[in-house]
Amino acid sequence: MLKIENLTLKKDSRQILEKVNLTVEKGEIYALLGRNGTGKTTLAYAIMGCNDYQPNEGKIIFEGKEITHLSISKRAKLGITLAWQKPAGFEGLTVGEYLRCKNKNANVHSLLSVVGLSSDYLNRTVDDKLSGGERKRIELASVMAMKPKLAILDEIDSGIDAPSLPFIRKTIQKMRADGITVFLISHSEATLNISDRASLIGAGRILKTASPKIVKEFFVKHCKKCSHLYKINWERIKYDF
Amino acid sequence: MISNEFEQLLSIYEKAGGNKDAFSDKGIANLLIHGDKVLNVNDVEGVILKSEQKKDGVIAHLSVGKDVRVKNPIHLCFGILSREGRQEIGVNIFIEDGAEAEVLAHCVFPNAVKVLHKMDANIKIGNDAKFRYQERHYHGEFGGIKVIPNAKVSVGKESIYENIFSLLKGKVGFLDFNYEVNCSGRSITNMIAKIYGKGEDEIRIKEKVNLNGEGARSLIKTRVVLKDKARAEVIGETYGNAPYARGHVDCVEILNGKEALAKAIPIVSVKDEKAKVTHEAAIGSVDKKQMETLMARGLEEEEAIDTIVKGILR
Repeated sequence: MLKIENLTLKKDSRQILEKVNLTVEKGEIYALLGRNGTGKTTLAYAIMGCNDYQPNEGKIIFEGKEITHLSISKRAKLGITLAWQKPAGFEGLTVGEYLRCKNKNANVHSLLSVVGLSSDYLNRTVDDKLSGGERKRIELASVMAMKPKLAILDEIDSGIDAPSLPFIRKTIQKMRADGITVFLISHSEATLNISDRASLIGAGRILKTASPKIVKEFFVKHCKKCSHLYKINWERIKYDF
Repeated sequence: MISNEFEQLLSIYEKAGGNKDAFSDKGIANLLIHGDKVLNVNDVEGVILKSEQKKDGVIAHLSVGKDVRVKNPIHLCFGILSREGRQEIGVNIFIEDGAEAEVLAHCVFPNAVKVLHKMDANIKIGNDAKFRYQERHYHGEFGGIKVIPNAKVSVGKESIYENIFSLLKGKVGFLDFNYEVNCSGRSITNMIAKIYGKGEDEIRIKEKVNLNGEGARSLIKTRVVLKDKARAEVIGETYGNAPYARGHVDCVEILNGKEALAKAIPIVSVKDEKAKVTHEAAIGSVDKKQMETLMARGLEEEEAIDTIVKGILR
Protein backbone atom coordinates (compact mmCIF):
# COMPACT_ATOMS: atom_id res chain seq x y z
CA MET A 1 0.00 0.00 0.00
CA LEU A 2 2.75 2.44 0.97
CA LYS A 3 6.27 2.34 -0.37
CA ILE A 4 9.05 4.70 0.65
CA GLU A 5 12.08 4.71 -1.60
CA ASN A 6 15.40 6.29 -0.64
CA LEU A 7 13.71 9.12 1.19
CA THR A 8 16.14 11.78 2.32
CA LEU A 9 15.13 14.90 4.20
CA LYS A 10 17.23 17.73 5.56
CA LYS A 11 15.93 20.39 7.87
CA ASP A 12 17.96 23.50 8.67
CA SER A 13 20.96 21.78 7.03
CA ARG A 14 20.62 18.83 9.42
CA GLN A 15 20.12 15.41 7.92
CA ILE A 16 16.97 13.96 9.51
CA LEU A 17 16.12 11.10 7.16
CA GLU A 18 18.72 9.31 5.11
CA LYS A 19 17.73 6.95 2.33
CA VAL A 20 14.73 5.55 4.16
CA ASN A 21 13.25 2.50 2.48
CA LEU A 22 10.18 0.74 3.77
CA THR A 23 6.98 -0.90 2.68
CA VAL A 24 3.64 -1.02 4.49
CA GLU A 25 1.26 -3.75 3.40
CA LYS A 26 -2.47 -3.23 3.06
CA GLY A 27 -4.46 -4.07 6.20
CA GLU A 28 -1.52 -4.42 8.57
CA ILE A 29 -0.47 -2.54 11.66
CA TYR A 30 3.06 -1.49 10.92
CA ALA A 31 5.03 -0.11 13.86
CA LEU A 32 8.01 2.21 13.75
CA LEU A 33 10.26 2.15 16.78
CA GLY A 34 13.17 4.40 17.63
CA ARG A 35 14.62 6.72 20.21
CA ASN A 36 13.64 10.37 20.44
CA GLY A 37 15.13 12.49 17.69
CA THR A 38 15.79 9.66 15.26
CA GLY A 39 13.35 10.85 12.59
CA LYS A 40 10.08 9.04 13.35
CA THR A 41 7.85 12.11 13.45
CA THR A 42 9.67 13.67 10.49
CA LEU A 43 8.92 10.55 8.47
CA ALA A 44 5.25 10.72 9.52
CA TYR A 45 5.03 14.39 8.47
CA ALA A 46 6.80 13.65 5.18
CA ILE A 47 4.32 10.87 4.37
CA MET A 48 1.40 13.19 5.20
CA GLY A 49 2.94 16.00 3.13
CA CYS A 50 3.26 18.62 5.85
CA ASN A 51 4.56 21.92 4.54
CA ASP A 52 8.03 22.06 6.04
CA TYR A 53 8.74 18.39 5.50
CA GLN A 54 9.25 18.07 1.79
CA PRO A 55 11.91 15.43 1.03
CA ASN A 56 15.14 16.38 -0.70
CA GLU A 57 15.35 13.04 -2.45
CA GLY A 58 13.41 9.86 -2.82
CA LYS A 59 9.84 8.85 -3.48
CA ILE A 60 6.65 8.19 -1.55
CA ILE A 61 4.35 5.82 -3.39
CA PHE A 62 0.79 5.16 -2.26
CA GLU A 63 -1.28 2.49 -3.96
CA GLY A 64 1.12 2.53 -6.90
CA LYS A 65 0.93 6.31 -7.39
CA GLU A 66 3.76 8.67 -6.54
CA ILE A 67 2.53 11.25 -4.05
CA THR A 68 5.87 12.81 -3.03
CA HIS A 69 4.87 16.28 -4.14
CA LEU A 70 1.13 16.25 -3.48
CA SER A 71 -0.42 18.63 -0.93
CA ILE A 72 -1.77 17.42 2.41
CA SER A 73 -5.37 17.82 1.21
CA LYS A 74 -4.73 15.75 -1.91
CA ARG A 75 -3.08 12.99 0.10
CA ALA A 76 -6.00 13.07 2.53
CA LYS A 77 -8.40 12.72 -0.39
CA LEU A 78 -6.45 9.64 -1.49
CA GLY A 79 -7.12 8.18 1.96
CA ILE A 80 -4.08 9.11 4.08
CA THR A 81 -4.44 10.84 7.42
CA LEU A 82 -2.31 11.60 10.45
CA ALA A 83 -2.95 11.81 14.17
CA TRP A 84 -0.44 14.25 15.63
CA GLN A 85 1.65 13.40 18.67
CA LYS A 86 0.42 16.61 20.29
CA PRO A 87 -2.94 17.27 18.66
CA ALA A 88 -3.91 20.87 17.97
CA GLY A 89 -6.56 22.62 20.06
CA PHE A 90 -9.40 24.47 18.34
CA GLU A 91 -11.01 27.38 20.18
CA GLY A 92 -14.78 27.38 19.80
CA LEU A 93 -14.95 24.20 17.71
CA THR A 94 -17.00 21.46 19.34
CA VAL A 95 -16.00 17.82 19.32
CA GLY A 96 -19.09 17.07 17.21
CA GLU A 97 -18.11 19.67 14.61
CA TYR A 98 -14.53 18.46 14.61
CA LEU A 99 -15.53 14.85 14.02
CA ARG A 100 -17.89 15.91 11.22
CA CYS A 101 -15.53 18.47 9.67
CA LYS A 102 -15.23 16.46 6.46
CA ASN A 103 -17.70 13.63 6.80
CA LYS A 104 -21.00 15.32 7.69
CA ASN A 105 -22.70 11.95 8.05
CA ALA A 106 -20.15 10.48 10.46
CA ASN A 107 -21.82 8.55 13.25
CA VAL A 108 -20.22 10.62 15.98
CA HIS A 109 -21.95 8.81 18.85
CA SER A 110 -20.57 5.48 17.72
CA LEU A 111 -17.10 6.93 17.09
CA LEU A 112 -16.91 8.35 20.60
CA SER A 113 -18.17 5.08 22.03
CA VAL A 114 -15.36 3.19 20.25
CA VAL A 115 -12.74 5.37 21.97
CA GLY A 116 -14.53 5.04 25.31
CA LEU A 117 -16.07 8.51 25.51
CA SER A 118 -19.71 9.36 26.01
CA SER A 119 -21.83 11.49 23.68
CA ASP A 120 -21.64 14.25 26.31
CA TYR A 121 -18.32 15.16 24.73
CA LEU A 122 -19.96 16.24 21.48
CA ASN A 123 -20.72 19.73 22.80
CA ARG A 124 -17.39 20.25 24.47
CA THR A 125 -14.81 22.33 22.67
CA VAL A 126 -11.62 20.81 21.28
CA ASP A 127 -9.35 22.94 23.44
CA ASP A 128 -6.97 22.68 26.36
CA LYS A 129 -9.79 21.97 28.80
CA LEU A 130 -9.68 18.38 27.56
CA SER A 131 -7.12 16.15 29.21
CA GLY A 132 -4.30 14.69 27.12
CA GLY A 133 -6.02 11.29 27.11
CA GLU A 134 -9.40 12.74 26.11
CA ARG A 135 -7.82 14.78 23.32
CA LYS A 136 -5.94 11.79 21.92
CA ARG A 137 -9.05 9.62 22.01
CA ILE A 138 -10.93 12.32 20.15
CA GLU A 139 -8.07 12.45 17.65
CA LEU A 140 -8.45 8.74 17.04
CA ALA A 141 -12.21 9.13 16.64
CA SER A 142 -11.56 11.94 14.15
CA VAL A 143 -9.19 9.69 12.17
CA MET A 144 -11.84 6.97 12.08
CA ALA A 145 -14.54 9.45 11.03
CA MET A 146 -12.56 10.01 7.87
CA LYS A 147 -12.57 6.29 7.01
CA PRO A 148 -9.00 6.47 5.72
CA LYS A 149 -7.08 3.79 3.91
CA LEU A 150 -3.88 4.60 5.80
CA ALA A 151 -3.80 6.10 9.30
CA ILE A 152 -0.47 7.39 10.57
CA LEU A 153 -0.61 7.48 14.37
CA ASP A 154 2.28 9.43 15.86
CA GLU A 155 2.78 8.39 19.49
CA ILE A 156 -0.95 8.23 20.00
CA ASP A 157 -0.34 6.46 23.31
CA SER A 158 2.29 8.74 24.80
CA GLY A 159 1.80 11.19 27.64
CA ILE A 160 -1.70 10.04 28.48
CA ASP A 161 -3.46 8.66 31.50
CA ALA A 162 -3.39 4.90 32.13
CA PRO A 163 -7.20 4.43 31.84
CA SER A 164 -7.10 5.78 28.26
CA LEU A 165 -4.49 3.28 27.04
CA PRO A 166 -6.72 0.20 26.62
CA PHE A 167 -9.23 2.27 24.61
CA ILE A 168 -6.49 3.48 22.34
CA ARG A 169 -5.14 -0.03 21.72
CA LYS A 170 -8.61 -1.42 21.15
CA THR A 171 -9.34 1.37 18.69
CA ILE A 172 -6.18 0.63 16.74
CA GLN A 173 -7.19 -3.02 16.55
CA LYS A 174 -10.67 -2.02 15.42
CA MET A 175 -9.11 0.07 12.69
CA ARG A 176 -7.31 -2.99 11.38
CA ALA A 177 -10.52 -5.01 11.62
CA ASP A 178 -12.27 -2.29 9.59
CA GLY A 179 -9.64 -2.58 6.89
CA ILE A 180 -7.63 0.53 7.78
CA THR A 181 -3.89 0.15 7.40
CA VAL A 182 -2.09 1.61 10.42
CA PHE A 183 1.37 3.18 10.47
CA LEU A 184 2.06 3.28 14.17
CA ILE A 185 4.79 5.22 15.92
CA SER A 186 5.12 4.20 19.53
CA HIS A 187 7.47 3.64 22.44
CA SER A 188 5.12 1.38 24.32
CA GLU A 189 5.80 -2.35 24.33
CA ALA A 190 2.13 -3.15 24.88
CA THR A 191 1.18 -1.09 21.84
CA LEU A 192 3.95 -2.62 19.74
CA ASN A 193 2.59 -6.05 20.61
CA ILE A 194 -0.58 -5.39 18.63
CA SER A 195 1.41 -4.62 15.48
CA ASP A 196 2.01 -7.16 12.70
CA ARG A 197 5.44 -5.93 11.63
CA ALA A 198 7.86 -3.37 12.94
CA SER A 199 10.89 -1.41 11.84
CA LEU A 200 13.58 0.22 13.88
CA ILE A 201 14.82 3.66 12.92
CA GLY A 202 18.13 5.13 14.09
CA ALA A 203 19.81 8.34 13.01
CA GLY A 204 17.35 8.70 10.14
CA ARG A 205 17.79 5.22 8.69
CA ILE A 206 15.71 2.08 8.89
CA LEU A 207 17.99 -0.36 10.73
CA LYS A 208 15.83 -3.44 10.87
CA THR A 209 12.40 -4.68 9.86
CA ALA A 210 11.00 -7.87 11.39
CA SER A 211 8.36 -9.07 13.84
CA PRO A 212 7.67 -6.64 16.71
CA LYS A 213 9.30 -9.05 19.16
CA ILE A 214 12.57 -9.28 17.26
CA VAL A 215 12.70 -5.54 16.61
CA LYS A 216 12.08 -4.81 20.27
CA GLU A 217 14.83 -7.18 21.40
CA PHE A 218 17.19 -5.66 18.92
CA PHE A 219 16.28 -2.17 20.10
CA VAL A 220 16.99 -3.05 23.73
CA LYS A 221 20.28 -4.71 22.87
CA HIS A 222 21.70 -2.20 20.44
CA CYS A 223 19.95 1.14 20.66
CA LYS A 224 19.01 1.91 24.22
CA LYS A 225 22.60 2.54 25.30
CA CYS A 226 23.86 3.69 21.94
CA SER A 227 25.49 7.11 21.90
CA HIS A 228 24.97 7.49 18.15
CA LEU A 229 21.56 9.00 18.56
CA TYR A 230 21.29 11.61 15.83
CA LYS A 231 24.29 11.10 13.62
CA ILE A 232 26.10 7.96 12.71
CA ASN A 233 29.06 7.74 10.42
CA TRP A 234 27.73 4.78 8.52
CA GLU A 235 31.05 4.27 6.74
CA ARG A 236 32.86 3.71 10.02
CA ILE A 237 30.30 1.64 11.84
CA LYS A 238 29.86 -1.95 10.90
CA TYR A 239 26.43 -3.30 11.34
CA ASP A 240 24.83 -6.48 10.25
CA PHE A 241 21.16 -6.48 11.08
CA MET B 1 -44.58 53.96 6.10
CA ILE B 2 -43.68 53.18 9.69
CA SER B 3 -45.37 49.82 9.38
CA ASN B 4 -43.32 49.08 6.27
CA GLU B 5 -40.09 50.00 8.06
CA PHE B 6 -41.18 47.90 11.01
CA GLU B 7 -41.69 44.83 8.82
CA GLN B 8 -38.47 45.37 6.87
CA LEU B 9 -36.40 45.90 9.99
CA LEU B 10 -37.82 42.78 11.57
CA SER B 11 -37.21 40.77 8.45
CA ILE B 12 -33.52 41.77 8.48
CA TYR B 13 -33.40 41.32 12.23
CA GLU B 14 -34.52 37.74 11.68
CA LYS B 15 -31.87 37.20 8.99
CA ALA B 16 -29.29 38.45 11.48
CA GLY B 17 -30.30 35.67 13.84
CA GLY B 18 -32.92 37.51 15.89
CA ASN B 19 -36.33 36.21 16.90
CA LYS B 20 -38.80 38.66 15.34
CA ASP B 21 -41.73 37.18 17.25
CA ALA B 22 -40.22 38.74 20.37
CA PHE B 23 -41.51 42.12 19.11
CA SER B 24 -45.12 40.96 19.05
CA ASP B 25 -45.00 38.97 22.28
CA LYS B 26 -46.51 40.95 25.12
CA GLY B 27 -44.54 38.84 27.60
CA ILE B 28 -41.22 40.08 26.26
CA ALA B 29 -39.91 43.57 26.92
CA ASN B 30 -38.71 45.13 23.70
CA LEU B 31 -37.81 48.33 21.95
CA LEU B 32 -37.40 48.82 18.23
CA ILE B 33 -35.93 51.99 16.79
CA HIS B 34 -35.47 52.89 13.14
CA GLY B 35 -33.31 55.97 12.64
CA ASP B 36 -34.72 58.42 15.16
CA LYS B 37 -38.18 56.85 15.30
CA VAL B 38 -39.42 54.46 17.94
CA LEU B 39 -41.44 51.82 16.07
CA ASN B 40 -42.30 49.57 18.95
CA VAL B 41 -41.97 49.55 22.71
CA ASN B 42 -43.24 47.07 25.25
CA ASP B 43 -42.40 46.60 28.88
CA VAL B 44 -43.30 43.81 31.25
CA GLU B 45 -43.88 43.59 34.97
CA GLY B 46 -40.80 44.72 36.86
CA VAL B 47 -39.19 46.18 33.73
CA ILE B 48 -39.62 49.79 32.72
CA LEU B 49 -38.71 50.58 29.16
CA LYS B 50 -39.19 54.16 27.98
CA SER B 51 -37.93 56.24 25.13
CA GLU B 52 -37.64 59.95 24.49
CA GLN B 53 -36.94 61.74 21.25
CA LYS B 54 -33.83 63.79 20.70
CA LYS B 55 -32.25 65.34 17.64
CA ASP B 56 -31.01 62.59 15.28
CA GLY B 57 -31.96 59.91 17.73
CA VAL B 58 -33.59 58.52 20.79
CA ILE B 59 -32.78 58.12 24.44
CA ALA B 60 -33.83 54.75 25.81
CA HIS B 61 -34.33 54.15 29.51
CA LEU B 62 -34.39 50.64 30.87
CA SER B 63 -34.74 49.79 34.50
CA VAL B 64 -35.25 46.46 36.21
CA GLY B 65 -36.73 46.63 39.70
CA LYS B 66 -35.24 45.37 42.91
CA ASP B 67 -35.06 41.56 43.09
CA VAL B 68 -36.90 41.22 39.77
CA ARG B 69 -35.68 38.29 37.71
CA VAL B 70 -36.64 38.88 34.10
CA LYS B 71 -37.53 35.55 32.57
CA ASN B 72 -37.10 36.37 28.88
CA PRO B 73 -34.27 38.40 27.38
CA ILE B 74 -35.18 42.03 26.76
CA HIS B 75 -35.02 42.59 23.01
CA LEU B 76 -33.65 45.80 21.54
CA CYS B 77 -33.33 46.47 17.84
CA PHE B 78 -31.67 49.58 16.41
CA GLY B 79 -31.26 50.12 12.72
CA ILE B 80 -31.31 52.21 9.59
CA LEU B 81 -32.58 50.69 6.37
CA SER B 82 -31.65 53.52 4.03
CA ARG B 83 -28.23 54.03 2.45
CA GLU B 84 -27.62 57.24 4.36
CA GLY B 85 -28.58 58.31 7.82
CA ARG B 86 -27.61 59.13 11.32
CA GLN B 87 -28.69 57.46 14.51
CA GLU B 88 -27.67 58.57 17.96
CA ILE B 89 -28.91 56.41 20.75
CA GLY B 90 -28.60 57.27 24.39
CA VAL B 91 -29.07 54.26 26.63
CA ASN B 92 -29.60 54.49 30.37
CA ILE B 93 -29.81 51.16 32.09
CA PHE B 94 -30.40 50.63 35.77
CA ILE B 95 -30.45 47.13 37.20
CA GLU B 96 -31.50 47.40 40.81
CA ASP B 97 -30.16 45.35 43.73
CA GLY B 98 -30.81 41.63 43.44
CA ALA B 99 -32.27 41.90 39.93
CA GLU B 100 -31.37 39.63 37.03
CA ALA B 101 -31.79 40.53 33.37
CA GLU B 102 -30.41 39.91 29.94
CA VAL B 103 -30.56 42.27 26.97
CA LEU B 104 -30.31 41.00 23.43
CA ALA B 105 -29.58 43.97 21.20
CA HIS B 106 -29.40 43.75 17.42
CA CYS B 107 -28.04 46.63 15.37
CA VAL B 108 -29.07 46.34 11.75
CA PHE B 109 -27.62 48.41 8.89
CA PRO B 110 -27.98 46.32 5.74
CA ASN B 111 -27.67 49.05 3.09
CA ALA B 112 -25.35 51.55 4.75
CA VAL B 113 -23.26 53.66 2.42
CA LYS B 114 -23.03 56.72 4.63
CA VAL B 115 -24.46 55.94 8.01
CA LEU B 116 -23.46 56.93 11.53
CA HIS B 117 -24.62 54.85 14.49
CA LYS B 118 -23.52 56.28 17.80
CA MET B 119 -24.46 54.89 21.15
CA ASP B 120 -23.72 56.44 24.50
CA ALA B 121 -24.68 54.15 27.32
CA ASN B 122 -24.72 54.53 31.07
CA ILE B 123 -25.21 51.22 32.79
CA LYS B 124 -25.61 50.97 36.52
CA ILE B 125 -25.84 47.57 38.13
CA GLY B 126 -26.78 47.44 41.80
CA ASN B 127 -25.52 44.99 44.40
CA ASP B 128 -25.96 41.24 44.13
CA ALA B 129 -27.43 41.59 40.63
CA LYS B 130 -26.81 39.88 37.31
CA PHE B 131 -26.83 41.64 33.97
CA ARG B 132 -25.88 40.38 30.55
CA TYR B 133 -25.79 42.67 27.52
CA GLN B 134 -25.38 40.97 24.19
CA GLU B 135 -25.03 43.19 21.13
CA ARG B 136 -24.95 41.71 17.65
CA HIS B 137 -24.40 43.80 14.55
CA TYR B 138 -25.60 42.99 11.09
CA HIS B 139 -24.05 45.18 8.41
CA GLY B 140 -24.32 45.12 4.64
CA GLU B 141 -21.48 44.66 2.18
CA PHE B 142 -20.82 48.34 1.40
CA GLY B 143 -18.86 49.16 4.53
CA GLY B 144 -20.12 52.74 4.57
CA ILE B 145 -20.91 52.86 8.24
CA LYS B 146 -19.41 54.35 11.35
CA VAL B 147 -20.27 52.58 14.57
CA ILE B 148 -19.29 54.37 17.75
CA PRO B 149 -20.47 52.63 20.92
CA ASN B 150 -19.39 54.23 24.18
CA ALA B 151 -20.37 52.97 27.59
CA LYS B 152 -19.70 53.71 31.22
CA VAL B 153 -20.65 50.83 33.45
CA SER B 154 -20.66 50.50 37.21
CA VAL B 155 -21.00 47.06 38.72
CA GLY B 156 -22.22 46.77 42.30
CA LYS B 157 -20.96 44.51 45.05
CA GLU B 158 -21.17 40.78 44.35
CA SER B 159 -22.81 41.43 41.00
CA ILE B 160 -22.11 39.78 37.68
CA TYR B 161 -21.86 41.77 34.47
CA GLU B 162 -21.27 40.25 31.08
CA ASN B 163 -20.97 42.17 27.85
CA ILE B 164 -20.76 40.35 24.54
CA PHE B 165 -20.28 42.42 21.39
CA SER B 166 -20.14 40.73 18.00
CA LEU B 167 -19.83 42.14 14.52
CA LEU B 168 -19.43 39.20 12.20
CA LYS B 169 -21.87 39.67 9.34
CA GLY B 170 -21.15 42.10 6.54
CA LYS B 171 -18.44 44.74 6.56
CA VAL B 172 -17.56 46.51 9.78
CA GLY B 173 -16.86 49.89 8.15
CA PHE B 174 -15.40 52.00 10.92
CA LEU B 175 -15.80 50.84 14.50
CA ASP B 176 -14.69 52.81 17.52
CA PHE B 177 -15.70 50.80 20.56
CA ASN B 178 -15.00 52.33 23.93
CA TYR B 179 -16.19 50.80 27.20
CA GLU B 180 -15.15 51.55 30.75
CA VAL B 181 -16.28 49.44 33.68
CA ASN B 182 -15.91 50.20 37.39
CA CYS B 183 -16.14 47.10 39.52
CA SER B 184 -17.09 46.92 43.19
CA GLY B 185 -16.15 44.29 45.76
CA ARG B 186 -16.42 40.61 44.77
CA SER B 187 -18.13 41.48 41.49
CA ILE B 188 -17.42 39.63 38.26
CA THR B 189 -17.07 41.33 34.88
CA ASN B 190 -16.64 39.56 31.56
CA MET B 191 -16.15 41.66 28.43
CA ILE B 192 -16.12 39.70 25.19
CA ALA B 193 -15.75 41.24 21.74
CA LYS B 194 -15.70 39.27 18.49
CA ILE B 195 -15.19 41.04 15.18
CA TYR B 196 -14.55 39.94 11.61
CA GLY B 197 -12.93 42.71 9.57
CA LYS B 198 -12.86 42.62 5.78
CA GLY B 199 -12.12 44.94 2.87
CA GLU B 200 -10.90 48.25 4.22
CA ASP B 201 -12.59 47.99 7.61
CA GLU B 202 -11.05 49.93 10.44
CA ILE B 203 -11.55 48.63 13.96
CA ARG B 204 -10.65 50.34 17.21
CA ILE B 205 -11.48 48.68 20.48
CA LYS B 206 -10.76 50.12 23.86
CA GLU B 207 -11.96 48.29 26.92
CA LYS B 208 -11.02 49.46 30.36
CA VAL B 209 -11.80 47.74 33.64
CA ASN B 210 -11.14 49.30 37.03
CA LEU B 211 -11.14 46.65 39.73
CA ASN B 212 -11.93 48.99 42.60
CA GLY B 213 -13.47 46.61 45.12
CA GLU B 214 -11.82 43.91 47.16
CA GLY B 215 -11.96 40.54 45.41
CA ALA B 216 -13.39 41.97 42.16
CA ARG B 217 -12.63 39.85 39.10
CA SER B 218 -12.63 40.57 35.39
CA LEU B 219 -11.86 39.14 32.00
CA ILE B 220 -11.45 41.11 28.81
CA LYS B 221 -11.49 38.69 25.91
CA THR B 222 -11.14 39.97 22.35
CA ARG B 223 -11.13 37.95 19.16
CA VAL B 224 -10.53 39.72 15.87
CA VAL B 225 -10.05 38.18 12.44
CA LEU B 226 -8.86 40.42 9.63
CA LYS B 227 -9.06 39.78 5.91
CA ASP B 228 -7.98 41.86 2.90
CA LYS B 229 -6.82 45.32 3.99
CA ALA B 230 -8.69 45.46 7.27
CA ARG B 231 -6.94 47.04 10.25
CA ALA B 232 -7.50 46.73 13.96
CA GLU B 233 -6.14 48.18 17.14
CA VAL B 234 -7.21 46.57 20.39
CA ILE B 235 -6.48 48.18 23.74
CA GLY B 236 -7.39 46.13 26.78
CA GLU B 237 -6.77 47.85 30.09
CA THR B 238 -7.21 46.45 33.55
CA TYR B 239 -6.35 48.18 36.80
CA GLY B 240 -6.09 46.22 40.03
CA ASN B 241 -6.88 48.87 42.62
CA ALA B 242 -8.00 46.73 45.55
CA PRO B 243 -6.81 43.74 47.55
CA TYR B 244 -7.41 40.33 45.96
CA ALA B 245 -8.66 41.87 42.73
CA ARG B 246 -7.97 39.54 39.80
CA GLY B 247 -8.04 40.59 36.17
CA HIS B 248 -7.03 39.04 32.88
CA VAL B 249 -6.75 40.51 29.38
CA ASP B 250 -6.83 37.99 26.54
CA CYS B 251 -6.54 39.17 22.95
CA VAL B 252 -6.21 37.07 19.81
CA GLU B 253 -6.02 38.69 16.39
CA ILE B 254 -5.77 36.51 13.30
CA LEU B 255 -4.54 37.94 10.02
CA ASN B 256 -5.84 36.27 6.91
CA GLY B 257 -4.63 38.70 4.29
CA LYS B 258 -1.23 40.06 3.33
CA GLU B 259 -2.32 43.67 3.70
CA ALA B 260 -4.27 43.31 6.92
CA LEU B 261 -2.78 44.98 9.98
CA ALA B 262 -3.36 44.22 13.64
CA LYS B 263 -2.18 45.82 16.87
CA ALA B 264 -2.81 44.70 20.41
CA ILE B 265 -2.00 46.92 23.36
CA PRO B 266 -2.67 45.29 26.71
CA ILE B 267 -2.27 47.65 29.65
CA VAL B 268 -2.25 46.08 33.06
CA SER B 269 -1.58 47.98 36.23
CA VAL B 270 -1.74 47.08 39.89
CA LYS B 271 -1.99 49.60 42.71
CA ASP B 272 -2.56 47.15 45.53
CA GLU B 273 0.11 44.60 46.41
CA LYS B 274 -2.51 41.89 46.90
CA ALA B 275 -4.07 42.39 43.47
CA LYS B 276 -3.03 40.46 40.40
CA VAL B 277 -3.65 41.26 36.75
CA THR B 278 -2.37 39.18 33.83
CA HIS B 279 -2.51 39.45 30.07
CA GLU B 280 -1.90 37.45 26.92
CA ALA B 281 -1.99 38.64 23.34
CA ALA B 282 -1.41 36.70 20.16
CA ILE B 283 -1.33 38.18 16.69
CA GLY B 284 -0.54 36.15 13.64
CA SER B 285 -1.76 34.11 10.77
CA VAL B 286 -3.99 31.08 11.16
CA ASP B 287 -2.21 28.44 13.23
CA LYS B 288 -0.28 26.12 10.93
CA LYS B 289 -0.85 22.99 12.98
CA GLN B 290 -4.59 23.58 13.14
CA MET B 291 -4.62 24.06 9.36
CA GLU B 292 -2.61 20.94 8.67
CA THR B 293 -4.76 18.89 11.04
CA LEU B 294 -7.94 19.85 9.21
CA MET B 295 -6.29 19.44 5.81
CA ALA B 296 -5.17 15.95 6.86
CA ARG B 297 -8.87 15.24 7.38
CA GLY B 298 -9.51 16.20 3.77
CA LEU B 299 -10.44 19.89 4.00
CA GLU B 300 -9.04 22.31 1.43
CA GLU B 301 -6.95 25.21 2.76
CA GLU B 302 -9.81 27.72 2.52
CA GLU B 303 -12.25 25.35 4.21
CA ALA B 304 -9.74 24.77 7.00
CA ILE B 305 -9.31 28.54 7.52
CA ASP B 306 -13.10 29.04 7.58
CA THR B 307 -13.53 26.29 10.16
CA ILE B 308 -10.82 27.74 12.42
CA VAL B 309 -12.10 31.31 12.09
CA LYS B 310 -15.70 30.29 12.80
CA GLY B 311 -14.57 28.64 16.01
CA ILE B 312 -12.53 31.62 17.16
CA LEU B 313 -15.37 34.06 16.49
CA ARG B 314 -18.09 31.92 18.03
